Amino acid sequence: MSPAAATQMMTTAPPRPAPGAGTRQKVQIRNLNFYYGAAHALKNINLTLHDKSVTAFIGPSGCGKSTLLRVLNRIYELYPGQRATGEVLVDGENILTPGRDLNLLRAKIGMVFQKPTPFPMSIHDNIAFGIRLYEKLPASELEDRIESALHRAALWDEVKDKLKQSGLSLSGGQQQRLCIARAIAVKPEILLLDEPASALDPISTQRIEELIDELKPDYCIAIVTHNMQQAARCSNYTAFMYLGELVEFDETETIFTHPKERRTEDYITGRFG
Amino acid sequence: MGIYARRRFVNALVMSLSVAATAFGVVWLVLVLWTLLYQGFSAIGPVLFTQMTPPPGSSGGLLNAIFGSLVMTVAATLIGTPTGMLAGTFLAEYSRGGRFGEIVRFINDILLSAPSIIVGLFVYEIMVVPMGHFSAWAGAVALAIIVIPVVVRTTEDMLNLVPNTLREAASALGTPRWKVIVMVSYRAAVQGMLTGVMLAVARIAGETAPLLFTALNNQFWSTNLNAPIANLPVVIFQFAMSPYADWQLLAWGGALLITITVLFLNIGARLLASWSTFKP
Repeated sequence: MSPAAATQMMTTAPPRPAPGAGTRQKVQIRNLNFYYGAAHALKNINLTLHDKSVTAFIGPSGCGKSTLLRVLNRIYELYPGQRATGEVLVDGENILTPGRDLNLLRAKIGMVFQKPTPFPMSIHDNIAFGIRLYEKLPASELEDRIESALHRAALWDEVKDKLKQSGLSLSGGQQQRLCIARAIAVKPEILLLDEPASALDPISTQRIEELIDELKPDYCIAIVTHNMQQAARCSNYTAFMYLGELVEFDETETIFTHPKERRTEDYITGRFG
Repeated sequence: MGIYARRRFVNALVMSLSVAATAFGVVWLVLVLWTLLYQGFSAIGPVLFTQMTPPPGSSGGLLNAIFGSLVMTVAATLIGTPTGMLAGTFLAEYSRGGRFGEIVRFINDILLSAPSIIVGLFVYEIMVVPMGHFSAWAGAVALAIIVIPVVVRTTEDMLNLVPNTLREAASALGTPRWKVIVMVSYRAAVQGMLTGVMLAVARIAGETAPLLFTALNNQFWSTNLNAPIANLPVVIFQFAMSPYADWQLLAWGGALLITITVLFLNIGARLLASWSTFKP
């Protein structure tokens, strides 16, 4: 731990640790509003994501949790008519300022989508694609990076003999781990997972969750999930969103045992949603 | 009549009508192909591919016409394919929902169904008249104008089949836009796009009207693209209308040749399409 982080921990540690004590604040979201055309999809969101921990976003469909994730790497800008106001500070720098290099931003912030999205190329090239965007590595070093990314994503043993095969030939769960490997191969600091396991069977889901656990010590991870058990199992912090508002944000244990808000309690106990 | 008997009756009636309609259509197609094979088969032989179009009353082949058709088709494809693919890329990747894209798409659809004789007249006005003579170039340009809208349309359709999530995934890695298109969208759509090119080539292989006004015809061997050039459709047109039996036979041979070419292009296109990553 760096001295700065240690100081922060000591100065901010009350009797019951506040959310985020002990870990560095990686992303600070301040007064964030988001619009799809005229529709106001996110309303005044204030939230902090911590480094080396997992933050889960839960809430009923259409509550804005995926939208929030899509603001963090500004992927929404692919479509006209979508805009965000407010501030999103990543390491203290506002990423919403116009004129930022979005490609460099997205190199730092990896994303994995609900549906596995392997590129129509070999397993090997799927990983090499991202690395080659930023680095010109000698062949042997590139192979090492690909291998370590696949190891990291717990996929190496399953694909080591067929790296030349199409990424589309893998099963859904393997494809999703390939996408995670592809994302971490470019060495991001933040990982955004948008319902990464919702299209997968229970075994594959378990593997993805184990993988999230293994990645936790090195990344700031934000995961959107429809599955509350999944949020409870694999996150340190949980944010409950409803109708574009952030209703409650706290440590996962607190949210699931002593939620402060009535709506949170109703949702996690299955009374609505 | 009970409800089930009635349903069975209606079902049988509709099915027989459908089968009859299908048979009616297929019979003509078979008749056309049969006549073509029957009449054209005897004309197919080494002579067809080695000798020039003859004057009436002497023997000959279609070599100069085959060559001319080949040259103009290749030239038209080389002009029309890149143009069409880039325009299709613009429509599918850059102008989604944009006003300019809407207009371009609308005009392209009109061009797609424009009678080819109008294309011939247009090129006659802009190339043949100013140059003062018919030429293979003018023929190639006329054919290219027919290729472009077909390629624009298939390129756009095939790129639209590529899921947006794939583009998002590539962009989320920090990939620049042009690289997303070239490395991901094109790769995912390449078979479909090539299918479109093959269908466009099949379309121009038998076009006669635009060539009548542009390439005209040439009785002799010519490789000069600035001069009139022989080509299969116009030769077929001229020979089939003539009173000479050996010319008519050559016309049948040429027609069979074009039909076989188009058939293989279509089979090739279907095979390519069946290998596509994303299917319509």
